[in-house]
Parts: sequence; structure tokens; C-alpha cells
Amino acid sequence: MDAGVIEAFTRRGSVPTNLLRIEVRPKPGQADPAGEAACRQARSLGLSDSPSRIDAASIYLIQGPIDERQARRLAEELLADPVMEDATIGASPARGAAMVEVHPRPGVMDPNAEAIQCAVQSMLGVEVQVRTGRRYDMHAVDNETAELVAKRCLANPVVHAIHTEPYHPQAFPTGTPRELRIVTVPLDEMDDESLQKLSREGHLFLSLEEMKAIQADYRRLGRAPREIELETLAQTWSEHCVHKTLKATIRYRDETDDSDPNPRIAMRGRPGHEINSDGSVTIHNLLKSTIVAATNELIADGLDWCLSVFVDNAGIIAFDEEHAVCFKVETHNHPSAIEPYGGAATGIGGCIRDVIGTGLAAKPIAATDIFCVAHPDHWRQSPRHARRGLSSAQHDLPAGCLHPRRILMEIVAGVRDYGNRMGIPTLNGAVWFDDDYVGNPLVYCGCVGVMPRDLVKGDPHPGDSIIVLGGRTGRDGIHGATFSSAELTDVHADEFSHAVQIGNPMTEKKLLDVVLAARDHEDGCLFTAITDCGAGGFSSAVGEMGEQLGAEVNLEQASLKYEGLSPTEIWISEAQERMVLAVPPERIEKLQAVCALHDVQMCELGTFGTDDRELVLRYDGTEVGRLSMEFLHEGLPKTTRDAVWSPPASRGLNSPPLAAGEDRPSIREALLALLAHPNIASKRWIIRQYDHEVQGASAVTPLVGADGEGPSDAAVILPVLNSNRGLAIANGLATGLRDDPYLMALAAVDECVRNLVCVGADPSRIAILDNFCWPSCDDPQELGGLVRAAEGCYDAAKAYRTPFISGKDSLNNQFATEDGRTIKIPPTLLISGIGIVDDVRNCVTMDFKAAGNSVVVVGATQESLVGSHYAEVYGCADKNLPRVDLDLGPRIAGTMHALIKRELVESVHDCSDGGLLVAIAEMCIAGGLGVALDLSPLPDLSPQTLLFAESPSRFVIEVSPSNLRAVQSQLAELPFAVVGKTRGERTLDIDGLECAWPLDKISGAWLGTLDW
Amino acid sequence: MPNALIITTAGINCDRELAHAFTLAGARVESIHLNRLLDDPALIDRFQLIGLPGGFSYGDAIAAGRIMAALMRQRLYPALVRAVERGVPIIAPCNGFQIAVQIGLLPGPAPGEPWPETAPKPSIALAQNASARFVDRWCRVELLAESCCVWTHGLDPADETRLLPVAHGEGRFIGESDTLIQRLADAGQIAVRFAPDDNPNGSAGDIAGICDASGLVLGLMPHPERYTRWTHHPRWTRLAQSKLDEKPLGLAMFHNAVAHATQAATV
Repeated sequence: MDAGVIEAFTRRGSVPTNLLRIEVRPKPGQADPAGEAACRQARSLGLSDSPSRIDAASIYLIQGPIDERQARRLAEELLADPVMEDATIGASPARGAAMVEVHPRPGVMDPNAEAIQCAVQSMLGVEVQVRTGRRYDMHAVDNETAELVAKRCLANPVVHAIHTEPYHPQAFPTGTPRELRIVTVPLDEMDDESLQKLSREGHLFLSLEEMKAIQADYRRLGRAPREIELETLAQTWSEHCVHKTLKATIRYRDETDDSDPNPRIAMRGRPGHEINSDGSVTIHNLLKSTIVAATNELIADGLDWCLSVFVDNAGIIAFDEEHAVCFKVETHNHPSAIEPYGGAATGIGGCIRDVIGTGLAAKPIAATDIFCVAHPDHWRQSPRHARRGLSSAQHDLPAGCLHPRRILMEIVAGVRDYGNRMGIPTLNGAVWFDDDYVGNPLVYCGCVGVMPRDLVKGDPHPGDSIIVLGGRTGRDGIHGATFSSAELTDVHADEFSHAVQIGNPMTEKKLLDVVLAARDHEDGCLFTAITDCGAGGFSSAVGEMGEQLGAEVNLEQASLKYEGLSPTEIWISEAQERMVLAVPPERIEKLQAVCALHDVQMCELGTFGTDDRELVLRYDGTEVGRLSMEFLHEGLPKTTRDAVWSPPASRGLNSPPLAAGEDRPSIREALLALLAHPNIASKRWIIRQYDHEVQGASAVTPLVGADGEGPSDAAVILPVLNSNRGLAIANGLATGLRDDPYLMALAAVDECVRNLVCVGADPSRIAILDNFCWPSCDDPQELGGLVRAAEGCYDAAKAYRTPFISGKDSLNNQFATEDGRTIKIPPTLLISGIGIVDDVRNCVTMDFKAAGNSVVVVGATQESLVGSHYAEVYGCADKNLPRVDLDLGPRIAGTMHALIKRELVESVHDCSDGGLLVAIAEMCIAGGLGVALDLSPLPDLSPQTLLFAESPSRFVIEVSPSNLRAVQSQLAELPFAVVGKTRGERTLDIDGLECAWPLDKISGAWLGTLDW
Repeated sequence: MPNALIITTAGINCDRELAHAFTLAGARVESIHLNRLLDDPALIDRFQLIGLPGGFSYGDAIAAGRIMAALMRQRLYPALVRAVERGVPIIAPCNGFQIAVQIGLLPGPAPGEPWPETAPKPSIALAQNASARFVDRWCRVELLAESCCVWTHGLDPADETRLLPVAHGEGRFIGESDTLIQRLADAGQIAVRFAPDDNPNGSAGDIAGICDASGLVLGLMPHPERYTRWTHHPRWTRLAQSKLDEKPLGLAMFHNAVAHATQAATV
């Protein structure tokens, strides 16, 4: 059987072209899953007309000296599968009423093109250029609808061109070489207004104060800055790269009065905090005085397993005698708002490179992802907004925003396609839905790595070559760092499309293979330092690595995607999948050989070390820029910023008021509604699209239990395959407590620790990361919230003895709508944690194991529904927020670990989102067992509070009759209650409340919401 | 101790766990990059076991395994056939399976017939999953007792442990004809089927893995190398201790092959 090859004349007829077009589609009678999936997506848009069928085809455009015989050979032997596909040379006739083709715009990464080029060259021995596209023939719709479907779900106009007839260009566009022009900027003549204008319109996004500092330094030098120098300063000084808000001096004022149910934070005695006579507090470098201070105090107090904190691309802790593990979480919010697929993919790609670029390179072994988006299908009707009484006009999707459902689908696909191709298991995550993320979704990507303990540190030596490995440099991603430090607006998609990129995981996988081969080379590690090229491109990577030594850079040496890039563009391009290494000259040849074996690009960009610690930039021997490393890294003016905290009660609590009597739901109804709440509902739709088991190291997977549906609290892997020592990975997110970021931070750390402890991690070996995503901190009120969150991080880290080892912040997350409104995201603090499991064979999962066991709640239920999912849906009347007891919480965690180590518990689950009843329902679903509950041993609170409050520091455990006495005696000093018994009968019921739910009903509610 | 060859290249990402599985089963392992093998195909002759690992070779550009297969068809097919003729067990999970069918290593010639001189046209395809989506999950499987497969020979685990993990976007088994599938069944070349109600990709006949007529070459969509210790099992915390004393199914398959290779060497 042959792949049928049909030759068709293109619409261009017989015009000679050396650009070949080949279409590949399923043979008649074969299934077309891609077409069917496109059709399902089109129907989900809810348009008045939907296609009755879509036929999908792949398009290959190949430019090069290929004759007819060779074209046939490509079609038959390479592009089409002889069993199931047909190929058409040229364009086939329309099959339905309308058709669209989707092709990447010129300059946009086409990840498959490079591999196909190589395959064609190897098969035919000719040099070719390849671009790929997709064709969709749609039945029963007109062209206009077809185009709308393409725009809404098959293409993103920011990166794709949509054609309504077969696309067959004469030739691919090419870049043209440009003459070298060195642009200088007459900064000296500028007044404040012009400086600000330059900063905004030049996309520098520097403050007036910073612009003036630069102006002053160049006045001192007696010359005008060159464009490339200004760009370098803007990249290096961007919020994204230097975290200037968290490092600033802050004057914090707390307006809470004594009657407030949520007391002030005691500020006296905190490191770096100075109490002023007016009662305000001056904090010198917020980051250093809170998060970093906690770690340093723990280390001073004897905690001896932190190997590298806050200085490298990721934080590093000891794993065993020979190995260390490192962890980093990044955000990629702004690109994901405009092009979610590419934004999320390059987000995870960048975080993976952070781990590869830690110490002398770590091997990535796990990925995490946490997304915050607006409510997916019904964002207009989400409960909180409905209760605010917004008019329907205010419910329309603001101009410039993509639909939240589309955003979620595409960010999941982006993480999936990148993580899976990299061979890194994505095994932990969360999704949080809130309508205020509508214009500014959050995408957190995390990566864990493992490395030998003796390779945790690298430093370049003077005379080392600056070596660039990986992808070529293009015009893509320019101004990513400054863009991510600005506020999003409805016109950002047009203005910043160049900052958005599509990643190429293949390039990064090869890069990873080469770096590990060079690290583990038989002659020893071939490099002395390594870092990734992230935000700011070469300018940041070389600028940071050469901070102490200076560096000379020859920009013409960079390998380019196309001609015509100016030296500035080369210098600041954030083209993906590149790493910078410092390599001693005598080792370059060996590195070259490793690169050649793996088909990886390598170029020598310059040398580390100058006499005066300068950064010298040349192009073809001409100096194009010169900066002192001192001014670049220390010249940023220190600022003092005002922060104020007025208690939430005075601003109106976020929880809407409690619904009136008859609108109040029954407990029966409330459980089903909460299980179906998208924050709580099963995320299996997402988890199963990720290869969460690649690398063969999983010990506890994200889905556990009898039918593989149970939501594990954490994942556990074996970083070293021939050992039983494990690493647990989890996160904590308590956005429900946004009314007080201090309590939110305590709760997030508490939840993260509990998640890790649940599966068997040792609470005395947990390290955590902070990731702040905040609205603009130019608003003192928002900055006040940020201060409180940071203070919470300090208190929680010290109480739980969980050092922060790295972190990141993204502080301008708000969206300016066309009509002048600002939609601020809720202040969002993600705490991510890794914890060591002594022996994975002692791990415990959250599914009920057997009938006849006791169900025990450990921890205290507080009289507050504030911040709970119940309150979000139905409102509440409480004024006090739930508060982590920093003495009790760590004691409970320690005791839980002791119970697990002594094998006294059958299952353990953290009691958090949705409250006690949701936690127990999840354990029933996971174990396929029922439970009979009796609330009488619990404190005397309303059933709603007992069942749905999200009080921190609580666990639900399952204990067999033979262990119950031992467990009770271990728990004697702690609040706990035996609240029921598991049973074979598949129902959950509560004694005295006349509530009973068949298991199928609760699992249906829980599985249904996000089963996309 | 037999030597196992793992073939890696750009985008292969299950090579280390495959190497680990061979090591656990008692083989000495060497991973070699495809580019080196293309330069010197005779390197293959040194090995008594071969693994074509899973992953996304060359990013699955065009289709899964297509480019790696195109690179291997001419230069490596003869050396791989020589290996089979020497009695070398070859395992090809996931991307390896997709490659094995495209370089003509599977299903191979009918019983008793010689291997063709050059790589034949593929007669089997592993098409995009019916769901059009990548899926990672564990599936209940059936190991066919009548199969001639060296890797699965004699394995008959109990229901609760007779599972294998899958993780792929293109694993829907299609034969060029029903006759071919019947021929494979008759010759005992169907080694693994998904349980009919647990077919993750829409494969014809629930086929999860096939072998050549000699039983040496096993291609399958599931990943036995991800089931070599009990903590891999998705429900291991629910298994009775007596179960945990047995050998996990995936590891048992590697033991079978290593035993075969060791025996062949001593005969």
C-alpha cells in the first residue's frame, strides 16, 4: 500500500517557484481525530452557526532545489504514512463550504521546521527551508464563520496568519543585512517630561528617578548614552530582574485600631525594622528583612542542610550524602495573557533552564504548574460578581482579553507540549479561579532538579570564554523583561506582540543533553559557570555572570535566525532555549565535540574579565557600548516607598454577606456545589495530559486511590533511582484570605507543609519558595498588603522551621480596560515546597483503605467561614479571619509525621479547600468507600462552620481499630475528634442532620466540572 | 552479564529509566547517540540486548517517530536485522514502537520467511489517539499466553497487578488490513492487549503491543520500564504485603529478556 500522492495545480497555476507545497491528510475511511477535535472546539464556542464537520490536514512548505521526483519521494516516504495518509503536492480542492489555513507569521518560531529540514536534507542531500501549517475544511458554514472559528480556537492572530484559501507563497520572506548604526540618545538635554516620555515610549519602563540617575551618570562621564547602554540598564534595572520593590526601603503605616478583630502585626524586634516616633515602621530592604532573614536565622540556629539560598537561579538543599536538589518557581503572566499557549510553554521552558543553570547544572526531574484564571464557562455569573450587583455591561469580557476558557485550555496545552517533550514529569499544581484574573491570568511554572553535591557552585574565571549554546537569536522576545514589569492594557496584544514567543522544546532538550554531557565529561566539568538566557537575553546573562569580572562581547558572533538584527536587538533579544557558559579556552574544543554529536549550536561571544570591571560591547570590531559593572549593578537609586495598611473591615470584606434565610442552601446542596466548584473539582483533565510519570521515578502520583481519581496532597518521586529516599513536592495557596495578606501567607505556608506531611515528608526537612503576584505596588495600600504578606512569610517560616530558599515576584498584575477601569488581580502568594521522605515505602495516600476504620479530624476548627469556598458561594457573617496558630500548627505537623512513620494511619488528607466535608468526600471518592459521620465529638459550632470552614492546620486521618488507642494517645496533647467510621456501603451520611449522599452523586459532581 | 544498547537521540526522554530497568534485571548498559551509530552501524553488533526508548524523537515533527525512523531506515536496518538473527531481544516501548513499525522491524516477515534485504514499507501505523489528546494513565492489560514473545513469556500476574502505564498522543494501532491483524494473531505475534474497557487510544483489536515472528522484538505503547518497583504501581498503598513480595510486571519482562540473552550466550 502506498501513500496516495495526488498532484494538484495550485491557484498560482504554472508560475515557476522553488517553493513546494505538500498537504497530508487521513486516507478516505480513516479517522481524523484532529478534525473531530477542532469541530468539538468550534461547537463549544456557542456561535449561531457551527461546522457540521471539519477535515484537518497538515501543510508543509518547502523551499529549495527540489525536482518532481524528489517531491514525490518526500511526500511518499517522509511526510505521509503509507498505511493511513494521502499526500497532495500543491493544494487540493476545497472539501467543504469554507476553508481556513493557519500558518505561523514570518519570524514566529515553527518548532517542527528545523527537524523536518534536517530530515529532508538527509534524505535528498539538498539544503531546504521548511515552514508548516494546518488546513481546516469546514462543512456547513460560510467563510465568515470559518474565519471566526479560526480566530477563536484554532489560531491566535498575534502569532498566526489566517488564510481563507490555500497558502502557497512564491518564497519565504528573508531578512536583509543592515548597516551598522550607533544611536546615541541626547539625555542631557531632556527635562523630566521628556525623560518620562522616553522611558514609556522606548519601552524602558524606568521611573523618573531612575532616568535621572542615568542622566546624572552620563553627565559625569561627559557623553551621551548609546541606545544599547540604555537598553542594558533598563533590562538590568527592571522590576522583573532586580526586584526593586521588595528590596526598597519601605515606610509602613498600620491604621488598624484596637477594636479590629484582626490585630496588628507586632513589629518590634524584627530584623531590619525600625519603629518611628509616629508609630510607622521603616523596613530596610523588605526581602532581606523578612524572607531572607527567616532563612538566615534558621541557619544560625543550626539548620544545616541549605546549600545555596537566594543567590543562584534556584535554591539548593542537601538530599543525601552525595546529591543535592534544587527548586525554582517562575511566573510568566503577561505573555500568557496575550498568547497563552506560547506564554505558558516558554514559562515552563524558562524555569527548566533556571534549574539547568543552577550551580554547575542540575538535571530537571519534576515540574509544577499553578494557574489563576477567571471562571471558565460562566465568568459572567460567577458568584462573587453576581453578588456585587454588577450590571450586565460590566460583565462583558473586556476588550483585549481572551476568553478564560480559551486561556486555560491553551496554557494547559503549552505546559503539556513543552514539559512532555522535555521528558520532565509535571506532577503537582493547582488552578484557582477568580474573575479578577480576567485580563491578567497568572501562570506559575516550577521545576525541581538534582545534582551532585560538589557541583552546587560555579564562578567564571578571568579569561574564560563566553559561550552561547542552544537556539539562534532572533527578533523575538524583545523587551520581555520590561514588558513583564508594566501594567497590561487592552492594546498590549498589538504593542507587545514581539515580546510573545513560541518555544521549541526540542532545542531545549538537546541543550539539556549537551549540558549534562559536558558537566559529566570524562575529563571533568567543561565549564566554570552556567546561567540561562532569560529575561533581558544576553544583556542579563552576561551582565550577571560578569558582574565581578567585567566582560568583552563581540555581538556579530551570535548565531542568528535571520539577517538584519541590530547589535542592540542581538543584545537584548529574549529568544528562547539559550544558555551562557563560562568555558576555559583549553576546554572549548571538547565542548565543541559534545555539541557536534548532539547537533547543538555553539558560538563564542567573547571573554570574561576586563581591567576596569567594564562591560564592553563590540560589533565587527567597532565599539557599540561600554558600561561600568559597578553602575550597572549598584547604580540603581535606592528609593523609599510608602506603604499603608487599613484593616479590611474598613474597606469592606471580600466575602459577600450571608444570604437571607430561604436562600441559604441546605448542607446537602452545599456539598455538591462545593465539590463542583472549579477550584475544588477534579483536575484529572489537566493531570492526565501531562506525562507525570516520565523518568520512571514516581512513588506517589498526583492521582491515587482505587480508581486512580483521588487528588493526592503531594507527589513523591525518587530523585536518585537506586535509592528509596524520596522527595515530596506540593504547594499552598490561600487566595481566599486576600483580605489580610499576613494571614494569607501564614495559611499558605501551613497548607504547603500539611500537603507535604500528608504523604510522608519529614516536616523538619521542608524547604519552601515564595512567589508573589501582586497588583501595582505604586499604590501604598497594595504595598501595605505586600509588606504584611512578607511578614507572614517570616513568621511562618520561623515557626515551621521551613527555610525559604528562593523566590520571585511579579508586581504589576492589573489590567486597564478600554473604558478606563482597572481590574486588579487578588494579591496572590504561592508557596511551593519540597520535603524529604526518608523511605518512600512508608508513604501514605489520601484514599480510604478499608471499611470499619475510624475517621479522625486532627486540629481545631475555628469559628469563621471567612475566605472559605462556602463563603464565596453563599456569603458569611463572620468578621474575624481564620488564623494559623503558629505554636499548634507545627506541633500537629510533627505529630502527624510521627504517626505516619510508625505506620499507625491508613490514609491522611489535608483539610483545606472546601473544608472538612469536602476532604472526607474526596477520601470516599478516592477509596470507593462510604462513611458514617457523627459531628457530636466536635466543638459546639454551627454545622455549616464545622463542615465548611477552612480553618488551617487540620488533617483528616483514617485509623484501623487496632491502632486507634495508640493514635489517641499520640494525639493526647492536641485538638482532635473521632468523627465517623468508613464502611463498604457507598454513601456518605451525617448522623442527626439527615444528610446522605450516594458516592456516585458526589463523585459525579466533583468529576464533572472540568471534564473538558 | 549481557550488554544492552540504548539508542538515544534528540528528544528521546525515557532512555535513563529504560537503562535502569535493564540494570535492575542484570544487564550492563550503554547509551549511544544515534549520530554515532549512523556513522558506525557495526557498533550494534557488540550488544546482546537492545532498547529503543520512548520520548519525542525530533519533537514528533511530522508524526511520532517519523524522522528518527527516516534516519534509521537505510543505515541501521541491516544491523538491527542482523541482531535479531543473532537472537538479540529488542524492546521498543512507545516512541520506540512507533519507530520500529516505521523502519520495518515490526511486524517483520511471516514465520519461517527471511527478513527482506532493505527496510520494507510499513504495514502498521500508530495513529493519533482517538481522543486527539495525550493521555497518561495505567491500563489493565491482557498478556497473551499463546504469544511467542520472549519478553512476556510465562508472565501471568493477578488482576490487580496486571497493569501497565501508557503516556502518549499517538498510539492508535492500525493495520494495513484485517488480514494482517488476523495473520499476527494466528502467529502469536500479538503479545499485549488492553482490556476491552480500558483501551486508552482506540487501537484496533485493543492491541497494545506486538512482536515479530521470532518473539524477540517487542513493540508496545505501554512503558514496562515505568513498572519496575512496587512504588510505581498507581495503587501500591492499597496492595496486600504478599503482593509486594512478587516481582512487578515490568521488571519481570526485563528479567525474561536478560535471561534469554544470558542463555543464548552460554549455549
